[in-house]
Amino acid sequence: MDRALRRKITNSVFVGLCGFATLVALAALVLILWSLVIKGVGGLDFKIFTMDQPAPGSPGGLRNAIVGSIVMCLIGMVFAVVIGILAGTWLAEYGGKTRYGQVVRFMNDVLLSAPSILVGLFVYELLVKPFHGFSGLAGGVALAMLAVPIVTRTTEDMLTLQPNTLREAGMALGAGRGFVIRSIIWKAAGAGLFTGGLLGFARISGETAPLLFTALGNQFFNANITKPMASLPTTIFQFALSAYDDWQRLAWVGALLIAVAVLAVNTIGRLVARESHRP
Amino acid sequence: MTATTMDIDTDPRDARGQGALGETIFRWLCLGAATLLLAALAGVVISLAIGGWPAFRQFGLGFLTSTDWNPVTEVYGAAGPIVGTIVTSILSLVIALPLALGVSVFLVEFCPRNIAKPIAVAVELLAGIPSIVYGMWGLFVLAPWFALHVQLPIMTSTSLPGWVQAVFAGIPNGANIFTASLILAIMILPYMAAVFRELLLTIPSQVREAAYGLGSTSFEVIRKVMLPYVKRGTVGVIMLGLGRALGETMAVTFIIGNSHGFPHSLFDSGSTIASTIANEFAEATSDMHTSALIALGFVLFVLTFAVLAVARLLLASEKH
Repeated sequence: MDRALRRKITNSVFVGLCGFATLVALAALVLILWSLVIKGVGGLDFKIFTMDQPAPGSPGGLRNAIVGSIVMCLIGMVFAVVIGILAGTWLAEYGGKTRYGQVVRFMNDVLLSAPSILVGLFVYELLVKPFHGFSGLAGGVALAMLAVPIVTRTTEDMLTLQPNTLREAGMALGAGRGFVIRSIIWKAAGAGLFTGGLLGFARISGETAPLLFTALGNQFFNANITKPMASLPTTIFQFALSAYDDWQRLAWVGALLIAVAVLAVNTIGRLVARESHRP
Repeated sequence: MTATTMDIDTDPRDARGQGALGETIFRWLCLGAATLLLAALAGVVISLAIGGWPAFRQFGLGFLTSTDWNPVTEVYGAAGPIVGTIVTSILSLVIALPLALGVSVFLVEFCPRNIAKPIAVAVELLAGIPSIVYGMWGLFVLAPWFALHVQLPIMTSTSLPGWVQAVFAGIPNGANIFTASLILAIMILPYMAAVFRELLLTIPSQVREAAYGLGSTSFEVIRKVMLPYVKRGTVGVIMLGLGRALGETMAVTFIIGNSHGFPHSLFDSGSTIASTIANEFAEATSDMHTSALIALGFVLFVLTFAVLAVARLLLASEKH
């Protein structure tokens, strides 16, 4: 009886601790979002989107940073979607089972969780140092390298989910394998491929470290991708660590914008994925 | 590699019929994209090795063991950031692991189905928050709170034993190794919880039911049946969390205090490899300074690659 009681108590304590751990995780989420809203919403007005970053003490917004972020993310996504979908297709449809395929898949997984700052260093050596200049294009390439593994992974998963009968049906009509992939399999997996893109986008839109020494940042408005370019994350970094109250306030607004954007894209990605997973 | 490229190419179907050329081009495009992935990773290693070479040649092994980091005298020793990286990563792992296990066990075993899903989504949202937001939150919300409510009371307390005060010595501004580890722990928690939850879900229900059938309590089922069942995968989860913590940059840069020296206590400010690179790279003026930072990057790459490789291998071998 004593032993049974002890087991029961141990079990209840364990269940309680597990519940507590979950509460801690949820509390962290709520606390962070709460701080963002409290400190960011107050500064949110029209100026944020129409004015460039100010000198300390004068009014201003984040227009140059927002535009820069969008431009570099778009460059990144164009590269990432093209390369990621092709590479994922190769893994799922052609060579995924070969030893080379396994190596590629493994390296893709490593790239998926490799520190983003190292990707920044690589692109610095590849594009910034030889051409003697930080640029929005270099920033976009760095972001692409971070999004590619996600798109590749999702593409492979989504194509593998498509039933073989689809492929057989296409080939039975005399179509080549590549034609079947492009016009049947990609279409059937369309929503899934879209999700991969969204997840990749969510990952790179908040990235800061690789942009610090590829795009560098720019306090003026700039739409020329061969010149240094501002982005929301690097601007937040600069403003948050500055000594000026109004810069810090802008940093909070930027953080709020970026968190909302990333969480929204993540959520949409999840919803689309769930739809497409339905048999 | 050569052997496999051959069997990729010997599928007879593409040689016939309409658009055989198009077929071949498409296949080569796909293969090219896959190869580009390998090239990217190889590029990272090679560029870091080449860029860091001058620093390695100049300082030799002293680069890893010396704590002197001085851009003015052009002497670079990376022991401070290296130790900072390892200490913060391991500490964050120690904090995050029990939480991640708790969350995933709770979601798989104890939580009612209808609320398990939203909780799982919320925990995954935690993974979606950008690193820089964690950093700002850590610096402006967590650090002041921590300094006021944890650090100061401990430092001013007269009843605590001397070794406790030694471990917790430091400037009470909340920006230190320990708070950086706390932030890191919150950041790696969702990844670890998600992978561990997937692992637990791979356990066949018969295994659990059999254990319950023998009259085990939930705790016993989990500790004696389920955990041993996913043992290797669990080590994989730990390594995955460690890999993430090692390379995390912005959040740590905000809150670790950024001092180069060797950290003397948990509440001392310090630096990590990633935070040092983030702070100094754009401002490095001499070639040797840049090279030393890239050499640091190479060290970080070797560390994370080893850890991630082990993680992936263990997780892959766990798929039943």
